[in-house]
Amino acid sequence: MDPETFKVIMPGLTITLGGIFPALAIGWIGSRAMEAIGRNPEAAGKLQTILILVVAFAEAIAIYSLVVALILKFV
Amino acid sequence: MSDIHISLAAEEVLRIGNLSISNSLLAGIVGSLIIFWLFYLAGRRVAVRPRGGVANLVEATSEAVLDLIDQVTHNRAKTLRFFPLLMTLFVFILVNNWLGLLPGVGSITVLGVNGEVPLLRGATADLNTTLGLAIISVVMTQIYAIAELGLFRHLRKYFSWNPILLFVGLLELVAEFSKMISFSFRLFGNIFAGEVLLVVIAYLMPLVAPLPFFGLELFVGLVQALVFTMLTLVFLEIATVDHSDDGHHEVSSARASHLMYDSVPSR
Repeated sequence: MDPETFKVIMPGLTITLGGIFPALAIGWIGSRAMEAIGRNPEAAGKLQTILILVVAFAEAIAIYSLVVALILKFV
Repeated sequence: MSDIHISLAAEEVLRIGNLSISNSLLAGIVGSLIIFWLFYLAGRRVAVRPRGGVANLVEATSEAVLDLIDQVTHNRAKTLRFFPLLMTLFVFILVNNWLGLLPGVGSITVLGVNGEVPLLRGATADLNTTLGLAIISVVMTQIYAIAELGLFRHLRKYFSWNPILLFVGLLELVAEFSKMISFSFRLFGNIFAGEVLLVVIAYLMPLVAPLPFFGLELFVGLVQALVFTMLTLVFLEIATVDHSDDGHHEVSSARASHLMYDSVPSR
């Protein structure tokens, strides 16, 4: 393959690989939070803040790869 | 896709001597003026039963932030000490995130230093702004910790004669810098990605399609402001709790092992 093709493929590949694992992580966090709220509905308010915080942590990984993909694409 | 103009860095609008005024800086100044105006209006009407929308809005926001801090510190005096920094961070980030979504921001162009550039660009969609905020957050955490614990008790977290604790302290020192990087890239990435998303969707289907994405970006802006504030708050709380302080506070496992280490009598 010539370098031009690589330039087209790499940004897409970056965000694909970088998106898989945060997606898994967020799904897992969400499912465990559901379980916890189902078991103890009164704790929902407390859990929600922590949930958003932890999801933002996991999402940050995807955002890093998005930034890298954007740099590859536009710089 | 060649019609879309996306720039990763903020662009220069004006240059005064060596000082370059970028469009993000302009938007940041506009955001600051809006915040100043809102709080000035609210400050004039301080009352037990505030009248008027702005005063109520500011009071409700302040109360929400106070409650948030209370949940972490469990100590009202400490909450009031942390409040100015955290409220400033929250309001500044929130207003600037939402300012970037207004129509006209990014679409009105002027003739800049290097050709035609947008007049305004969301301040938090520029890495310089978010890095600045991250540095403020990390440095203020250190200052609060020194004010709360004293210089020597604070430095003991990083430096120790015990080789294992010295290594842990070294890691914590590195963590302070990685905190800056992750703070700045998280905020910048989220907001910039949001702007790119809106531009691309507006290019593909300009009529109705961007509307739900605007709703999404409003939510993302709020969540990111909240996350920045929450993380600063948690780091502040961790930094202002003394290692060798037993009792009152919940200790994490690392802190607990540290306590055990300290309490071994030296025979």
